[in-house]
Formats: sequence, structure tokens, C-alpha cells
Amino acid sequence: MADSSRPALELRGITKKFGSVVANDRVDFDVYPGEVHALLGENGAGKSTLMSVLYGLYTPDAGEIVVDGEPVVIDSPATAIRLGIGMVHQHFMLVPVMTVAENLVLGHEPVANAGLLDLKAARESVHDLSDRYGLAVDPDATIEDVTVGTQQRVEILRALYREARILVLDEPTAVLTAQEVQELVGVLNRLKQDGTAIVFISHKLNEVLRVADRITVLRLGKKIGTVPRQGATEQSLARMVVGRDVLLSVEKSTAKPRDPILAVEDLEVRDDRDLEAVNGMSLTVRGGEIVAIAGVDGNGQQELVEAIAGLRTPRAGRIIVGGRDITGKGVKAATAAGVAHIAEDRHRRGLVLPFTLAENLALREFRRPDISRGGWLRVKHMRQRALGLLREYDVRGGNCDSYASSLSGGNQQKVAIAREIASDPELLIAHQPTRGLDVGAIEFVHKRLIEERDKGRAILLVSLEYEEVRSLADRILVICGGQVMGEFPPDASEEELGMAMTGQVAAAATSSAAGAPA
Amino acid sequence: MSTLEEETKAEALAEEEATGASLTTPARLTAYARGAGGVLVPILTTLIAFVVGGLVVLLTGHNPFSTYKAIFEGTGLQWIFPWVTGASRTTAAYNLQQTLITTTPLILVGLAVAFAFRAGLFNIGGQGQFTVGGIAAVWVGSSFAGMSPVLHITFAIVAAGLAGAAWAGIAGILKATLGVNEVISTIMLNWIAIWGGVYLFGLGGPLQDPHQKSVPVSSTVVSSAKLPVFWGNAALQGLHIGLFIALAGVVVFWVILSRTRLGYEVRATGLNPDAASYAGINVAKNYFLAMAIAGTFAGVAAAMDILGWKFNLFTNDIQGSTVGFLGIAVALLGRNTAVGVVFAALLFGGLETGTSDRFLDPSVFDPNLASNLTWMIQGLIVLLVSTDLIALKILRSGRGVRVIFKRRAKREEATA
Repeated sequence: MADSSRPALELRGITKKFGSVVANDRVDFDVYPGEVHALLGENGAGKSTLMSVLYGLYTPDAGEIVVDGEPVVIDSPATAIRLGIGMVHQHFMLVPVMTVAENLVLGHEPVANAGLLDLKAARESVHDLSDRYGLAVDPDATIEDVTVGTQQRVEILRALYREARILVLDEPTAVLTAQEVQELVGVLNRLKQDGTAIVFISHKLNEVLRVADRITVLRLGKKIGTVPRQGATEQSLARMVVGRDVLLSVEKSTAKPRDPILAVEDLEVRDDRDLEAVNGMSLTVRGGEIVAIAGVDGNGQQELVEAIAGLRTPRAGRIIVGGRDITGKGVKAATAAGVAHIAEDRHRRGLVLPFTLAENLALREFRRPDISRGGWLRVKHMRQRALGLLREYDVRGGNCDSYASSLSGGNQQKVAIAREIASDPELLIAHQPTRGLDVGAIEFVHKRLIEERDKGRAILLVSLEYEEVRSLADRILVICGGQVMGEFPPDASEEELGMAMTGQVAAAATSSAAGAPA
Repeated sequence: MSTLEEETKAEALAEEEATGASLTTPARLTAYARGAGGVLVPILTTLIAFVVGGLVVLLTGHNPFSTYKAIFEGTGLQWIFPWVTGASRTTAAYNLQQTLITTTPLILVGLAVAFAFRAGLFNIGGQGQFTVGGIAAVWVGSSFAGMSPVLHITFAIVAAGLAGAAWAGIAGILKATLGVNEVISTIMLNWIAIWGGVYLFGLGGPLQDPHQKSVPVSSTVVSSAKLPVFWGNAALQGLHIGLFIALAGVVVFWVILSRTRLGYEVRATGLNPDAASYAGINVAKNYFLAMAIAGTFAGVAAAMDILGWKFNLFTNDIQGSTVGFLGIAVALLGRNTAVGVVFAALLFGGLETGTSDRFLDPSVFDPNLASNLTWMIQGLIVLLVSTDLIALKILRSGRGVRVIFKRRAKREEATA
């Protein structure tokens, strides 16, 4: 039986660098038998790197791993499994055409006489384990026929079948329905009683408070602190998760809103898994104002932005920009109507990294006659234009013939922003425009957005950062579950916003959800 | 979007950024082709292949140096040296003409593979596109007797190019509309082209030469469709002007990619399809266009052979031809760049000619063995080129090792 006075697992001073990027900086983490310890943090905070180190996928540059008081070296997932570490990945590692029992024993198959697979024993194992932990599953069901929740149970059962005493759950609720989450919480409680040590990775504050005994917050690869659930609130955790050592205050005058430029009406958009992501959203952004969409990540932000930018076709509703209906008409129509879009992910979307800066700066407008005419690229014009933009936006570390990949993140973002603003848009969508940037670059981006607002552009800011939202926005629309929960002024308290983000909202606030100008 | 997936992606990017690479395979190769490794690695690769080939020659009891010297002389490349005079110069000139005749279609099929690759597509279908191009060229070239030569040649080349474009375009459309993997579809199309050709020119086939009922061959290209020979004796298979057409193709390749909007879109699509669609570029359309253009190069390549020196098409030739497949090796070794493809094609063309039984001195090395040697060297080059990302990794980790040593040394200094 596990000794509950000693941690089942300890990570001491784990450091992992990727080139110059420190993904984990001397991180300590431990979990006791019969405990759920949550690992909380933003995108890129280093949660998955830490768990990859634990599971033998990465070798740490420094630090040690201690299992049951013994220092160990984990050089592969096989070693991790042997040490009793089980990992339930967010994307299930199951073979869809095989049965539950077959998947369960995959890699550790019970063998009967003559080396044949003993499926009967496998089936019995499923029964034993599911009885013991109350995880009801049919051993003969085919994986592709069962619900996502059940698939997750199979993943958990598989870890238990391999005698995992330390169970790592990687964003386990991301794919589950509310009912399934409820059931998962029950399962975790039973596992706890049985003495299993559970690491629960999440970025959802409310869930962490619901299941965890202790909560460790990572930010930018560093451990910010570990707190017990008792006494922790969503607000206190949010501060730990997004808080900055340097608080930025952007100087900004009162907005002078003009006519509406963007009107979104009853928009419904599905995500890549064909699930409702935007659920009847309506909003208006006027020229000369910054409207911020605030909410917990994964509540429809991505799909809303993609729909407006023309990258995703909505299921229903309308998107009107400057009087033109661009619903489902694609990027070219959106661009022609005056939509510019600072992409959330500058590497995946915002830039072609092996392109030169001149080529990158032309991506939005390469069809215009000053860059290409009659199918011919006017390379000289393209470079001249780039020279001007690089100077204007103070891009450092490269000239117009340097490759985008050679710039720092902040300068790359300046290139992406320069290109979007240079297209002289009516509506500028800024999706996490400061993600991964240092303080100086953040300040530059913020100032620039306010300047553009004052020039009369409509700006739709989508951000996960309280500080950014509150310092930039003229109006804040809080979304949750693909719907606008309410409109708030920029001086709304963190508590108010936090409540709305988790779907608890006073009835009075919803009345102005559409955000229509008075 | 799920957080962890994003996070992993972000961290992977951080890692890639730190090591100077990027997302897609073409992106990675492009970033890589830019460094010194761009020229260095293909040359090293070739040298290693020749060294290994030399070891094999040694095992067979021959002298690798004299063998390679004989192969080199077989290519006729010594013609460029001014001190080669007299009869040996005449022989060299003849051999070099043959080398360049072989090189001509290799340049064009190399461009076919390289162009698709720049759009992020792996065109394994060079052989099929080459085959349909050859069928079109031989049909047009053997029909329409009495046309003016300029018109007839142009007509035949255009027909071959269009046939290749259509053939590759099928794979392009399947990719663009249904997402069918172009590797699979182009391989399948190769077989359809090859067996289609065998049917057309086979005994009793609809396009079989009516004058030789018992030979599975096409009709012969008429004189008005034959490419003029500008170096050497036309009767002795001198060098035809197809070489210049191939070099013009190289220029076209470069101009399209570097100087046109289409090329800009194709490159953006190949390097980062997400960013391309974000910029409003129709990725599917570019997949189709890139394949069609690639197929045009391969089709024209076949026209060079048919109109330049073959003049007809035996079913054996259709089944035995490997020119289209060699295009993959040419593109790989040439790094999918215009100039690289020319040199790679010359290397493979030279090897083919230099080891053929017509040009290799049998007293030095048995040409039958030598052509096997050629295959081996070609295979080694392809293998090494395809794995040179591994070589790069080793280079990098070597750097990493040095850093660790430095760090360790520093630490020891500190503790001392």
C-alpha cells in the first residue's frame, strides 16, 4: 500500500530549454498518494513540457525526478510506465477499429498457451478494473462506436491495467460534455481513495477548484506557487496565472465612436470537430473604438475570429463589414471589405517563416497593382514598400531580404501587424496580439492599436489577458460557451469579468449583450 | 482550440525556431538550402556515393581510379579542356553530345518534380507524365507531314506539354478537391500511362506503325518535326536544339517562381499552407496549377527525346524508361532549385553515358558491370540526399555536444 506521508512523485528543479527558449525553469512539483494536484497555466506556460519530461519524451537539462523516494532517470515512456506513471493524453492513443478489451491490453497483451493472445483474460481484466473503480465499460464494444467520455475511461483503465500509481491527465475535460465531466470527477475521487496520485493538467480555473487538492501555477516556464484548494478562488488563481511583474498602463483618451463598421448577427459557427463553438453571437464594433472579447480560452474566440476573417464558413447568421455582407465569402471578400486580421499564431498563420520580410509584408496585398500587375510580381516595388514599413514599425534584426524566421518574436509580430495595418483596414481584428511578446514589444503593440483606433478604425481585440483587455478596450464583451454573457465597461472588476467568463452572470448585464450603440 | 495541443505546438515552434528550421518539409529544406549546406551537402553526398561506388569497384578487383577515369572519358566532359586535341577531341565531342542528349530530358523532368515540390507536393508521376508526353509527341510528330518545320515542332512540343499537364493535372484535381494523396495518385497514373502506351503501340494497337505490322512500335516522326542538330552529325545522332529548350525551361521555372504572382502563391502554399489561406490564397487551386505546370515540364521532356533522336516509341522503351523516375533524384540532388537541377541532371546524364557499353572502354571495366555501378551510385545519391536532414541533425547535435563540453568545462573551472 502506498505510503501517504511521502510523495509518490517529486520533480525537483526541472529545467528544459529549447535553444534560447526556457520552457521549464527550475520547476518543483510533487504529488502524494491519494491526492489530486492540478497543474495550471496559460498556453506555453510549460505544462506540457514538464509532463513530457516526466513521461520520458524529453530529457531535462537540469533537475531530478524522484519516484517513491528514489531518484530515477526516465529516458522513455516505457521506463515511465515501468515506474508506475500513467499518462492519459488529450488526444487518445486508441486504435479505433479494435475493441475496448483489445485496446486495454495493447502493448502488454496477456498470452495464453502457444503464444496466442488471451482475449478472455483481457476481457476479465476489463471487468475487474471497471468493477474496482466504478468505470463501467463494455469490453467488447469497438472504440469508434463509443462516446468520447468512454474512450477516456478506456485510456484511464489502460493506465490502471499497467498498474499506474501516478496518473497524469492531460486536459482531460477539453473533449467532455458537462455530464461526462461530472462522471470523471467521480472516477477521480474513487482513484484517490485507492491511493492513486493524480496530476490534473488544466487551464480552466473552475475545474481545478472542483477536483484538485492542491494547485500549482506555472507561468512562462516558472513555477509561480502552489496553493491548497481551501482559500483559493478563481480570482486569486487568475492573478497567479496571468499576472505580470510589470503592469502596463496605456495612455488613452476617451473613444470617439463613429458609425458601426462590423455587425455580427446571430452567428453560429462550428469548430473542427463539428461541435457548436459560436452559438448565436451578436455584436457590433464601431469605427474609433476597441471592443474586446474576453473569455476563457476555447469558448468560441477562435471560430468567431475565423468566421469574420473569412477563414471559416458560419452555419448561420450574418457578418457585415462596412455595409457589405461577407458571410462565408472567404478571405478575399473579407479583405476587400476592409478586414485585416492579426493572427493569433504568427508562426502557423501570420507569417511564412522561410519567406523574406518583403514577401511576408506583401501577403495581404500582393494582388494590388503596386505589388503585382498582370500576373507579374513587381519585386522592386515590393521591396521598396517593405523598406518603408520596416522603418515605420521599427523592425529590428533584419532588412527586407532577411527571412522572417531570423527575427525575434517581437519583431516578427511587428512585421505581421505592419502588414495588416498597411492594408488600411476598416476593421482590424487583433487576436492575442501580444502573445509571447516581451514587455517592450507589448507596449509597442498596445500603443499602435490605440493610435489606429484614434484614426477611426474599428478594432476587435480578442485576448485571454485581463490586463490587456482592461487597458485597451472601450467596451468588453465577455463570452462563454460561444455566447456573449454581457457587456462591461473597461473599469469592470476582475471579479465581475471572472464571474461572467465562467457563465455566471447577472441578468441585467445580458440585456446589452448585443452591444448595439445607443 | 485545445490548450495543450497549442502549448505543445508553441513549444515545438520555439524549438524549431531555435534551431532555425520551420514547419513543412519544403520549408525546412528551403531554410536549409540557403546555408552553406545548400551547395556543400549535395556535393558531399555525391562524393560519398562515388567513394562507396569505388569501394565496390575495388571489391570486383578493378582499380577504382582508372575506372572512374574511363567513365569520365566516356562522358566526353574532357572536351572542355583545351589540351584535349586531335582524335581524342573528336571522340570527346561525340561523347559529350550523347551526354547532353541524355541530360536534356533529365533537366526537364527534374524541373517537373522540383516545381511540384515547391508547392509542397511530391510528384512521383514524372514517369507517367513523361510517357503521355512522349505518346503525344510521337503521334503529332509522325502525323501532319508537310507542315512547316517551325509549326510542326512547336505543335508537337505543345501537344506533349499539354498531355503531361493533363496527366499531372488529374492528380492535382484529385488532391485539390478530394484531398487524395498525390504520391499515391501519381504512382497509379504512371502505370495507367505506361500500359496505355503499350496498348496504343502494341501489336494491333490503334497507333502502331502500319508499315511494320509485326513490330510493337509507333510510326516514325517525319522530318518536318525533327529537332535540328546544331553540334555534330545529324546522321550520327548529334546534339539537337532540345538542350536549349531545356535550358529555356530552367529560366521559365525560375521566372515563374520568383517573378510572378502565381509563383509567389505557389511558394507560399508550399512553405506554409495555413498562412497562404490566411492571406486569401486558394491553396487547392495552387495545388492543381503546380501539378499541371510540373506535368508540362515532364511532357516537354519526352518531346525532346522523341523529336530529337528517338523519332519513334517502342513499347519496350515505354516499359523500360526510367527518365521520369530519375527526375526525382535530379530534383532532390538539385535542391529543387533551377540551377541545382541543371547540375544534377548533368551528373546523372554523364553517369548514364559514361558507363554505357558504347562509351566505356571494356578493357578497363566491363560496361555491363558499370551500368550496375551507375544504378548503385544513383541509388546511393538518392538515399543520401533523402537522409541529409539526418546529416544536418548530426551536424547540429555536434554543435550541441560542443556547447555541453564548453559548459562542463566552465562548471569545472568554477568548482576548481
